[in-house]
Amino acid sequence: MADNHVSEASVHNTEEKSVEDIKRRRFITGVTAGFGAIGGAVAVTPFVMSMSPSERAKNAGAPVQYDYSKIQQGQMVKVEWRGKPVVLLKRTPEMMKGLDLISDNLADAASDASDQPAYAKNETRSDPAKPELLVMEGVCTHLGCSPVEKLAIGPDPQMGDDSQGGFFCPCHGSKFDLAGRVYKNVPATSNMNVPPFKFEGNVITIGEDDGRV
Amino acid sequence: MAIHRHDNHKSANAFMEWMDARMPVTKVWNEHLAEYMAPKNFNFWYYFGSLAILMLVIQLLTGIFLTMHYKPDAALAFASVEYIMRDVPFGWLIRYMHSTGASAFFVIVYLHMFRGVIYGSHREPREMVWLIGCVIFVALMAEAFMGYLLPWGNMSYWGAQVIISLFDVIPFVGPSLTEWIRGDFVISDATLNRFFAFHVILLPLILVALVFLHLVALHHVGSNNPDGIDIYDELDEDGHPKDGIPFHPYYTVKDLVGVCGFLIIYMGVIFFFPDMGGILLEKDNFAPANPLQTPPDIVPLWYFTPFYSILRASTETLLQFFAYSSVIIAVAAAIFTKFKLPVRAGFIILGLIAAVVFMNSSGKAWGVILMAAAIVCFFLLPWLDRSPVKSIRYRSLPFKVALAIFLVAFFILGYLGMNAPTPIKTLMAQVCTCIYFAFFILMPWFTSIGKTKPLPTRVTVKEH
Repeated sequence: MADNHVSEASVHNTEEKSVEDIKRRRFITGVTAGFGAIGGAVAVTPFVMSMSPSERAKNAGAPVQYDYSKIQQGQMVKVEWRGKPVVLLKRTPEMMKGLDLISDNLADAASDASDQPAYAKNETRSDPAKPELLVMEGVCTHLGCSPVEKLAIGPDPQMGDDSQGGFFCPCHGSKFDLAGRVYKNVPATSNMNVPPFKFEGNVITIGEDDGRV
Repeated sequence: MAIHRHDNHKSANAFMEWMDARMPVTKVWNEHLAEYMAPKNFNFWYYFGSLAILMLVIQLLTGIFLTMHYKPDAALAFASVEYIMRDVPFGWLIRYMHSTGASAFFVIVYLHMFRGVIYGSHREPREMVWLIGCVIFVALMAEAFMGYLLPWGNMSYWGAQVIISLFDVIPFVGPSLTEWIRGDFVISDATLNRFFAFHVILLPLILVALVFLHLVALHHVGSNNPDGIDIYDELDEDGHPKDGIPFHPYYTVKDLVGVCGFLIIYMGVIFFFPDMGGILLEKDNFAPANPLQTPPDIVPLWYFTPFYSILRASTETLLQFFAYSSVIIAVAAAIFTKFKLPVRAGFIILGLIAAVVFMNSSGKAWGVILMAAAIVCFFLLPWLDRSPVKSIRYRSLPFKVALAIFLVAFFILGYLGMNAPTPIKTLMAQVCTCIYFAFFILMPWFTSIGKTKPLPTRVTVKEH
């Protein structure tokens, strides 16, 4: 809009206008437009920020506790932590053996490219103090679905003929073993995340590990 | 503002004269309806433009009445939809009109787009009509996706979870971007509330504005027709196209017939098959959202399934295939084209770089890229199509064959997207994904070969 006035004015006084004058006007117009743009960006900021997680949402991430002695051999339970399902699976000795059998089929068997606390970065992806207890966010690393447990060992239509049990994501067909390690050639490329956790007697606290390693 | 005294249009009476001196009512009416010259050979395929506008109006109206009873709150949303279905007088009808309407809208829009492709309506000078149409398609997908979260059923929840997680693959900013979109660390009340705002305010406004621009661009260049020839090439002594007829009353009346036919089918679905066996309303969505339990077969609604299949098809096998084929295509381009030697060497180097990139990147990121690319392909159509004729009536055989294969692949992708993935189905999806992209990549080639039929000077029409 402002541009129109400037150009109209310059049409009337073309003879009197020097090149410097036109340059000056262009510079002033540019600076004004530039400050206008900055002002616009500042005005947009509160609206953009208002869409970020609120203080209430941030505070909702408290740790949760569960009495894991209730879990039977080969049984799996899910508890909710930060709105996500956390899998607690007490694996049987056969299940533990199966983990070694299929490690050639895995994309990240040593969990190098995956997210877990240092104490769970091992073959079984569990705390060495309780290797049979898998504590894992039941969230597919592809697009965030919750994979379905396939705890039975043996042929399975989705897991394949040599299945040693595992997790199958119904959304896009990603496959994981019973340590949450991802198979090769599926959409997901990293193992399911292990949250921080700690034991106190029979109670496991998920979401807090007092910085242990 | 000075009163516009130069309109050539005669006002009907004293009132209209008063009005026209202040607002160009008669002028707009004449230019866009009573004197808008449309080709006289419009056929069945030309119903879908006006039907799309009808559908937009139905969705806006039913949507307004649904918001009077719906509660955009994670604790109340599911129950409020059940309340609309059971307790609100005729609430079931309004809700079924809206839910069936979403699917009907996509049926109409897909047919409308297909019409454009077969008659060359996307070609010069109608590129802007096509591009705005493509943006409408994308906006409509966003509108449908956000609307699908609102009933807060379990499929709503997990569908939103999957689609929002797509943004996670963007390097560096992905995770914080998804948090910003959700307004929380998971899909939650905050997400539901903002999707409600976008679904009922932002996107409807954008859609209406885009439809307006779509028509502005269309009326500037004039409508194409099933023969794909320009009716303004043959003018009568008054300067009107010989093969043109005023849109009103000729096509308003014709479109009313289309509206009647459409409403019979649409209301039939609403009354007798409102969930279409789980296709229009998915069974898992009759249970409230449960953040701990993904439905056993998570599928999007049917209109997204072709693109969803492409997303799912992206595994290492597909990327390896892409790597090999980019080498083969590069070598073929180097051998069979007639460019200078350095250019041909450049083809091979590009092919090798592409192969290395494909071999070393993750299927997850490529799934998202391919799905986005599948939609971007539509935008490029006016420039990919090199045929000397527009309409399929005069096109060469290679185009017709390619289009038929593409359609089959598109339908198979759509079917596969509605089903749980198995190894054989994933392989089929990968083959169809390749066909899908090959159709667009090879289009400049197959539209420029083969013998086209001679164009008529006048549109072909059976005189009654």
